[in-house]
Order: sequence, then C-alpha cells, then structure tokens
Amino acid sequence: MALLTETDVSAVPTSPKISLKSVFKVFGERPERALELFRSGKSKADVHRETGSSIGVSNASFDIQPGEIFVIMGLSGSGKSTLLRLLNRLIEPTSGAIEIDGHDVTKMSRAELIALRRREISMVFQSFALLPNRTVLNNAAFGLEVSGMGEAERRSRAMEALDAVGLAGYAESRPDQLSGGMKQRVGLARALANEPTILLMDEAFSALDPLIRTEMQDELVRLQGEKSRTIVFVSHDLDEAMRIGDRICIMQDGAVIQVGTPDEIVMQPANDYVRSFFRNVDVSHVFKAGDVARKTQVTIIERQGVSAAAALERMKHFDRDHAIILGRDKTYHGMVSQTSLVEKVRAKDPDPYRSAFLPDVEAISADEPLSNVLGRVAGSPWPVPVVDDRRRYVGSISKSALLETLDRAS
Amino acid sequence: MYFDIGGAVDTAVNYVLDNFTPALDGIAATIGFVTSGILSGLTSVPMPVGIAILVLLSLWRVGIGFAVFTGVALWLVQDMGLWGATMETLSLVIAATILAMVVGLPLGIAMAREDKVAAVVRPVLDLMQTMPAFVYLIPAAMFFGLGAVPGTIATVIFAMPPVVRLTNLGIRQVHAEFIEAGQAFGCTASQLLFKVQLPNALPSIMAGINQTIMLSLSMVVIASMIGAGGIGNTVLTGIQRLDVGTGFEGGLAVVILAVILDRLTQSLGKEAPGLRRFLAFKTAEKAAEEPRAVTSS
Repeated sequence: MALLTETDVSAVPTSPKISLKSVFKVFGERPERALELFRSGKSKADVHRETGSSIGVSNASFDIQPGEIFVIMGLSGSGKSTLLRLLNRLIEPTSGAIEIDGHDVTKMSRAELIALRRREISMVFQSFALLPNRTVLNNAAFGLEVSGMGEAERRSRAMEALDAVGLAGYAESRPDQLSGGMKQRVGLARALANEPTILLMDEAFSALDPLIRTEMQDELVRLQGEKSRTIVFVSHDLDEAMRIGDRICIMQDGAVIQVGTPDEIVMQPANDYVRSFFRNVDVSHVFKAGDVARKTQVTIIERQGVSAAAALERMKHFDRDHAIILGRDKTYHGMVSQTSLVEKVRAKDPDPYRSAFLPDVEAISADEPLSNVLGRVAGSPWPVPVVDDRRRYVGSISKSALLETLDRAS
Repeated sequence: MYFDIGGAVDTAVNYVLDNFTPALDGIAATIGFVTSGILSGLTSVPMPVGIAILVLLSLWRVGIGFAVFTGVALWLVQDMGLWGATMETLSLVIAATILAMVVGLPLGIAMAREDKVAAVVRPVLDLMQTMPAFVYLIPAAMFFGLGAVPGTIATVIFAMPPVVRLTNLGIRQVHAEFIEAGQAFGCTASQLLFKVQLPNALPSIMAGINQTIMLSLSMVVIASMIGAGGIGNTVLTGIQRLDVGTGFEGGLAVVILAVILDRLTQSLGKEAPGLRRFLAFKTAEKAAEEPRAVTSS
C-alpha cells in the first residue's frame, strides 16, 4: 500500500490539512444554554432533560494530516456522521473552530463556503445520492456543472473520472440501471471529478455487500495511491477501518474517545468500548457471567412432600442430564444429575435432593467477569450455575454457550 | 355583536370597481390577448389536421390502442357538430392552465421554501377550492365584463390549487440525501432549486398540472354562464331548453376532451413507452456484450 503511515506523517513536519479545536454540535432550540450546562459538568441526559437539546458532537479536537485516510468509527448514534458533516458545514457547528489549510470554516461567508465545497471538498454518500434524472456522465459532471465549467470541458473531465473508476462504458446509462457497487463508483467519480483535496466519505461502502465492499476499499486505496488526497472516512465497520485507515478516530456518545493508528488502537485501547470493537480481542473481560448465563437447564423447585420421581420424569422429558434445585424464593440450592437422583430415590432416601447434590458445584456470581470463570466452566463436566447478589438463580453457563458467545463477539 | 360581512364585501367590490378600473382593464386585455391568441391558433387548424395531430400525439405518447380511441372519439365529436365548440373549450382550458402554472408554480416553490408562506397560502387554496364558483362568478363578470376573460379567471381560481399544492409537496418530498449532495458539491440556492429540487419534483408537479387541467374542464359549463362559450354553451342550451339529447352530446364531448387531455398530460411526466422500450433494448445489448460486469448486481 502506497499509503502514508503515522510514522511517515510525523517524520515530515507539515501543518495539518484539517484541524478541529473543541468542536461542539448541539441539536435543539437553545444550544447555548445546553452547552453551558454541559460544560458545567452535567451529563448529556441531564442536559437533554433540562433544555430538550441533544449534544451530537462534544468537544472534538484532533488534526488530520494531508494525504492520510482518517477513519471516524463508532456505533450508530455516536455522532460520527454529524462530525463529518461539520467539516463542510452541511451541519452548522455550535461552537469551536474547524480549520482547513488554516482557514476557519466556521467563520466563512456563504460565498466562501460554496467556493470551498466546489474546489476543495467532495463528498460520497452511503445511499449514493445519484440524481435519478441524470445520466451517469451528467451525475459525474454535477460538481463541475455547478461550479460553472463549460459543457465540453466538464464532459471530458467527468469522462476521465468515470474511466478512473472503470465505468466509462456506462456514461449514458441511468443510475437505476446500475448495481449498488457501480452506483457508488459513480458517486466516487462525481466526487473525484472536481479534483478535491479533501474527500469526505459517509459510510460510503456500508450499503454494499461484503465482497463488493472489499473491492471498493481496494479501489479507494488504489485511487489514493495514484493521486493523494486527504480522505475522511466514516465507518462502523472495524474491518474496513483497519484495512484502509492510516489513523482511526473512535467516537462514543458524541465524544472522541481515541485517535491513533490501527496498531495503537489494538495495542493500547483507551477503554472497554474501544476494546469491544476488536476482532480477537478478549471479550471475556468485557462480558460478565450474568451476560452469558442462559436458562436452558431444567429447574426444580424443592417442596416438602413432593416426590422426586416427578422431577426425574421432567428431566427425562426435556432430555437433560442435570437439573438445578431451587428454593421457593428462587434461591439456588444445588444441582443434581439423573444418575445421582435415581440412586437416592431407589434407596428411598428421606431427603433425596440434598443427598443427590453433585459435589463441587459452586455457583458463580453474575457480576464475575467472564475471564475469571473460563477455567471453571471449561473444567466442569456439567453446566455451571450463576446466581445474583441475593443467591437467586440467573441461569447456567454451558461449554457450548460459552464458546458461542466468544465466537459471536469476535 | 354583528359583523356585516356581506356589506363589507359589497363595499370592497365597489371600491375596486371605482378605483382600479384601468388596472382591471389591463388584466382583462392581457388575458383576453392570451385566450384569443390560443383560440385563433386552434381554430386556424383545419379539423382533419387537428384530429390527425391529436391522434399522432396519442400514438407517440401513449400507444396504438389509445390512438385508435382518440381518432374514433374525435370523429364522433365533429359528427355531433361540436368541433368548433370543443376547440373553444380547449383554448379556455389551455389559457387557464397556463395562467394557473404562471401563478401556481412560483407560489408552490415559495411554499416549499418558506413555512410561513405555506401557512398563509394553504387556507387561501382551501377557500379557492371550496367556495362555490357562482359566488366569484358574479364579481368576476363585474370586474372583467362578460366573455372568455372572466370565464378564464373563474376557471383559474377553481383549478389552480392542485398545481400549487403538488409543487409544494413534490419539492418537500425530494430526498434529503439529494439536497445534501447538491449542497456538498457547492450548489447555490437557485442551483439547488433548478438542478436538484425541481427535476426530482417533476412527477409530482406534472400530476398537479394534470389535475389543474381536469378541474378546468369541470368548470366549462359554469364558465359558459358568463359567456365563456365552447361546449359549455351546448350543455347550457340543453339544460335551458330541457333538451336532454343536446345536453348529453355536449357532456360527451367534454368527457372525450377530458380523457384525451388526461392521458396525454399524464404521459408527459414519463418517457414515451416506445422510447423507453428502445432504451431498455440498448441496455440489454450492452449487458450482453459485457457478460463479466465490473461488479455484481
């Protein structure tokens, strides 16, 4: 990959292409009041309750270097798309400064802003946003047309852009005749046609199926190798961020949690939220025993004078080797197996459950991190019961359930 | 407490008549120029040529079946001796539609861009659509005299609301992502309107124009009461003389004109079917040439 890495960037001291300085965006009626409350230490929820305003982006400060692919990552609702739209002021920032090549975008007049969007910044959208009434060529030429370029020149420039994404043969087609991947190539051609220095990509490949997505990522990296631009790429897909990102910015609840190279993020994640994004990360630190416990085992409520034969019948009916014995208040008493219970029932034991309890089945607290119980679950021949802080039965963790959880989380 | 609303309206009408006669005459002359221009244009076309043009239009825009219908129906109209009257009515409809578009399209755009305008205009449109036509027929005749001009104005009042409403609605319903794309590539407000909003609102706007045409046709009989002429006169004569046959002939001519205009204007929002089939063929051919598409669909 002919991409700049973090070390390359720091080796050549350059001024940042884009620089954000404590940028806030508040949605709602009284943004100033909401901002004041938030700065005084109130939580987002409290601010929303008091003012009805919600904080979309809070105190975002970071620099983006020229020529890097900067990926903004976060779950939906984390403010990543909002942050992207603040850069070209499709959404007006509430406070803070956004400098592009040293000029503060937030202070630009309407005319300056339009000039900036025409010359410097292009955008690619998740839903493609191709105009359905235009041909592919006229879509690709849209930005040039808007900036007042003559027809002959803009057609040839748009054609070059289409050629670059491999769609020159479809110039006269309509967008609705193309597949999703082809549509986004047109979106990319439209964005590249006016040769911007900054490319904003809003979940640009998320609507495509995985194979095409990978292909488009490679395409983007290839185009970046041919001619370097500063790319700000919003994604919720870690795999994508790792593949194309020179640096990754992780957002949570509107706040920037961590900015770093993929390696830094993997090796020194700022918190569990960041950690939870990663494949092969040890999710057993994030999950607690209670998150994994499932009520798939047969439970038997211990009652005076009720025969254990009925309990045996139920175990046979559900085809379970083990059953959890509970008190009337759902507290965990112990665990029996079919064999141990049958033995005691045959022996006409006066208290068949108690004497049939399997040895060494100690219940796990639901708050215990999964990492602490992995060994016990793995070493136990039967599912391990989980109880809450009042000893009430929550569920049990079987080996297969544990494996499934670990697999799904990765 | 009692408000003399009727008295106030009388005073207002008299005030306008006393003080704005030159302006009213100017308006009447302008509208009269348009309607009579369209009428003389339409009547200068010989009847067989007129039928041929409409049949060919039907063939091009809609299809062979509808072209046959147009031919037979128009032959029926001229056989009933109503060709001249139909052309008069058509000219009234065209004039009213043009006026409704000239006023209605900008108004609809203004409504879409500014909620305050929409809030003011919407009740006025309700009024125009629900106020019984006879109520404004009389002042229209007082202001503009008898004939095609007050007929056109009364028709415009009744028929304009759909084009205004659907222009407003069409622009408001343009997907937010198209607006964002337009803005992101540096559109000015007017570029956004003409390059993004209006083209995408076009089907809705065309539906509005279609409805305006249909509503102006439904006004022909009422408009003929103040001397607008056309097929409305035939129907009116039938009613006045209790001549059911004549009335029915007039009514049938109105329906025929309505069906033809409806289908033709509906087709304007889309590509012609013949043309579309041709394009689909070309695309299929291209796909066949390149079996290995760049990306899967």
